[in-house]
Parts: sequence; structure tokens; C-alpha cells
Amino acid sequence: MTTGTPLVELRDVHVSFGRVHVLRGVSLAIRRGEVVALVGDNGAGKSTLIKVITGLHRPTRGELLIRGEPVRLRSVADARERGIETVYQERALADQQALWRNVFAGRELRTFLGFMDVRRQRAETERLLRTRMGFTSRAITVDSDVSSLSGGEKQGVAIARALHFEAELIILDEPTMGLSLKETDKVLDFVRRVAAEGRSVAIIDHNILHVHAVADRFVVLDRGQVAGVFEKPQISRDDLVAMMVSLHETGQMGGADGHR
Amino acid sequence: MATADITAPPREPGLGALLRRNRIDAAITAILLALYAIFIGVRPDVYTSFDIYRAFMTTLPYIGLLALAATFIVTLGEIDLSFPSVMGLSAWVYGTVFLASGSLGLGLLAALLAGAACGLVNGLIVTKIGVPSIVATIGTMFLWRGIVNVLAEGQGIPLVALRDSPLHPWVVGRLPGGIPMQFAWFLVAAAVLALIYRRHVFGSHVLFVGDNAASARMMGIPVDRVKIACFMLMGGAAALAGVVLVSEVTYFWATTGDGFLLPALAAVFIGGTSVFGGRGSIYGTFVGVLIIGSLEAGIVAMGIAGFWTQVIYGLMITVSVCIYALIMRRAG
Repeated sequence: MTTGTPLVELRDVHVSFGRVHVLRGVSLAIRRGEVVALVGDNGAGKSTLIKVITGLHRPTRGELLIRGEPVRLRSVADARERGIETVYQERALADQQALWRNVFAGRELRTFLGFMDVRRQRAETERLLRTRMGFTSRAITVDSDVSSLSGGEKQGVAIARALHFEAELIILDEPTMGLSLKETDKVLDFVRRVAAEGRSVAIIDHNILHVHAVADRFVVLDRGQVAGVFEKPQISRDDLVAMMVSLHETGQMGGADGHR
Repeated sequence: MATADITAPPREPGLGALLRRNRIDAAITAILLALYAIFIGVRPDVYTSFDIYRAFMTTLPYIGLLALAATFIVTLGEIDLSFPSVMGLSAWVYGTVFLASGSLGLGLLAALLAGAACGLVNGLIVTKIGVPSIVATIGTMFLWRGIVNVLAEGQGIPLVALRDSPLHPWVVGRLPGGIPMQFAWFLVAAAVLALIYRRHVFGSHVLFVGDNAASARMMGIPVDRVKIACFMLMGGAAALAGVVLVSEVTYFWATTGDGFLLPALAAVFIGGTSVFGGRGSIYGTFVGVLIIGSLEAGIVAMGIAGFWTQVIYGLMITVSVCIYALIMRRAG
């Protein structure tokens, strides 16, 4: 594990929507080259935490630091410029468009007068296709529509797209949702390779097994607070599951304020 | 695997592959050719002479300009029903500013601004207030037409003086061979808009937004701005169509633009642009305009009574959209 300044750091971050206090003083650091899993029950604040890092929500209180510098992200584009890419649960692809359009959606390569550099977009997509996504076996080309891909392949495209733009931190929101076992393995494999390249990954996944297989560190969230941080050697898969179950039960007993 | 030497993979070469990639464009071309084969077969005297094509070239551009812009709107998964009224309003602005200033150029500019402004209002209602475009533009369809009627007091405006303007030949003059200038403008507009649709960042954004607006937003595409721009393009195109029409006939009617809604949209749908958004073709619309624009004259020339026109229109549109639906279903 690398040391030094964390890539992204949250210091005592609070987020409220009106009277609802979703994050209550979360502090967290994501180091370079590590895979951090955010786990917790529905409403624990995982998604809100992610959205603070990707520039969709601004902390009501507290600080966000990127490479040691305090920043205020105003938009997703702001976060991207700082090397933070998000792969959304919905994957953010357009089904009827060719891969070469999807990969560059929203940040097209241009020639003159706003025309796209189609040749370069196709070439770069081809490179991603062959080197990142490993789509060598099937008849998928850069001109294929996204609708012709399987769920796992779509996820592969979404992740490869994030990687293409030199992201240093990739945030994966439920990347294995709805995927077959084989496809899930592929995605998890992907995560390992990304980390091996020295990039960081933050992953949210309901499936503790998937998360435990790839993460170096687990941040357990409970009702807007960090309930515990564990390095992988410290905690076994079963302990993690047991902890989740007990949090779930106390959350239930805690009553109305536990859910959001 | 080395990464540096991977270059753009060539598309599959050959005519067969080209047709397979553009099945719907190929289908519409076949329909046009079949239609003309029938016309020429039945009336070779009419259809081998250039006169009828000159007549088409005079009247096609009005529907043509409207249909080209409407292709962008339909690709968004939206619709604009107000463009005939925008055409009327812009035509009134054109005639009135021309008469007041004596300048055709100023009239044209004012008409374009009026058309774009109407489009801006449509776009804002759809994106910022959130009214579905079919509802919003029913409202503005009545609104713009109502404003025309109030402003013109229901009266026409004779504009014969337009012919004396040095710019008039540039708008609707005749090129060598008697080819009307407006047809040349229509070709230029089709070529430019086809390039924008397929190769410009804006066209790509329109396709992406029409395909999946939520994804487009997540990828940082300014969804609202893209939609507003398309409605403004539609407004501008309606203004141009109004200017060209009024310049050709040198008269403004308060009803200018009426009757263009369905033919223009029919051309878009015959051309294979999907009403669900995300997929379409400017080439398809272009051929659709050629079909819609020559159908009525063709039917009459064949000696079929004029009131059959709508039956054949209806058949053409229904059959072609059914063919596309089947093609798309097979493509999966």
C-alpha cells in the first residue's frame, strides 16, 4: 500500500437536505492504489457520500480535500477535471448509439468548428475495446450499438470509458447489479487490474462477497456516520457479514431516524 | 498487446456492407425509385421532360426546410406542432419590416430573429417548465397564429415590391436551366445539416439526448441547452421557409404556413427517423421530402382523380413506417 497524501480526503463532512441530516461528520481517506469498499444498509449514506466526491452534492459542513488541497466541487465536470470518474449504476450509456459515440459522450474529440474527430474517436475506442474490455472473441466493433452488448459488457464499456480519461479515482456504484456470475467475475477482475495500475477505486456494492473479494479496506457506514474502518486482514468475510446484520438489526430497533 | 499501433479499424468495405449499415436509408431510396418507375412507366411524356422537375424544385424547399429541422426535434424524442404558425408569424415580420424599411435583408434578419425567438419560447416551456412538447406546442401553435391574425387583422399584404430588391434573385431567383434558387438553398441546407447531424458534436448530443436523456445528463451533456437549440433551429427554419414562400408568391396571407405541418412531419417519418428518439437520418428526410413533394403531382399526372391523393399518401406513410418497424425488430 502506498503512503503519503491521500488522493481524496473527507474531514468531518455533514450533508443535510432541509431537516434531514444524511451525513453526520464523516471522515475518510482514500489512498492511491487502494480499493475502498463503502458498505452499509440502505439509507446509511453511501450514495450521498459518493455524490459529495463526484461533485453532485456539496457538504453542508466539513471539508473535501483532493491531493491534500481543500476543494469545492461545483459539478461533475469539476470532479472529472480533478481525475475523479464515476461509473453510475445505470451505466450512463445510450443503447442505440455506436460504441465510439458512447465512449466520448459529453467530451468529444474535436477537429474544427465543433466537428468531431471521428477517426480518432473510433481509433481510441478500438484500442479500449481490444486492450481494456477484452472484447476479442465476439463480433463487437467500434460501430456496434450498445444494445448489442450483454450487461457485463456494458459495465465493461462504462468502466473502460472512465479509465480512458486518466482517472485517478474511479467510483463504482453497484457495478455487479444484475450481472451473471461470470460477468461479475469479469467486473471484479477489472477492479483488481485498475488498482494494480496504481489507481484508486471506491466501490459500493450490496453484495458483501463481491466487495470482500476485491477491496483492501472496508468503510462501514451506519446512519450517516462511519461505524468502523477495517483493513482486509483484520476482518473476515463472515465477520463483515455479521457486522452488517447486527447494524441492520440495531438500525431497525433505532426506528424512524435510521432510514433515508 | 502493443497499444501504440492500433489505428482506426476500417469499416467493412463494399456496397453490400454500406446498404446493411444503412438499411432504412436503402429502403427509402428503393421506395423513391419504385415510385418514379411507376410515374415514368405510366406517363413517360410528363416524367422525361424537365418541366415537372422544375415545378417540384420550386415548391419542395418549403416542406424541405421544415422537415430537415424537424428531424432534429424528432430525434430528440420531441415534437413541434407550432412551426406552421411560426412560419406565418415570421412571414408577417418579413413583409412588414420589408415594407417599412425597403430592405429585404433587414426583413430576412428580423424574420429569422422572430422564428428563433418563438423556438426559444417553445424550448424554455419544454425544458424549464417541463411541459411535454406535444402539449406545449399545441398551445404555442394557437398562440403564434393568433398573434399573426391580430397583427395582420386577418388581412393579406401584397409584396410585389420584393421583386425590385437586388437581393430577391438571391432568395428565389432562377439559376441557369431555370432551376429555382430556393432549391439550391434547400440542397445546401440538407448537406450542412446532414454533416452536423452525423459528424458534429451537436448532432451527437442530439442523438444521445434523444436516446437516453438521463445518461446524457450523467455524462455532462447540457441536455436542456441541446433541446432549446433544436427548437430554435426549428423556429429559424420555419422563418426561412416563410421568407422563401412569401418571396416566391410576393404575397403574405394570414394563413401562411397552414397545411405544412403534416407533409413535413410525414417526410421525417417516411425518412426513417424514429419517433422514440435517438435514431434518424437527414438523408432519409431528404428523400422523404422528394417523395412527399412529388406525390400529389404524380398522382394527378397519372390521371387518377385528385381526391385519391390522400389515400396514396396514407398508404405510402403507413407502409413505409411498417417496413421500418419490421427492419428494426429484425435488427433486434
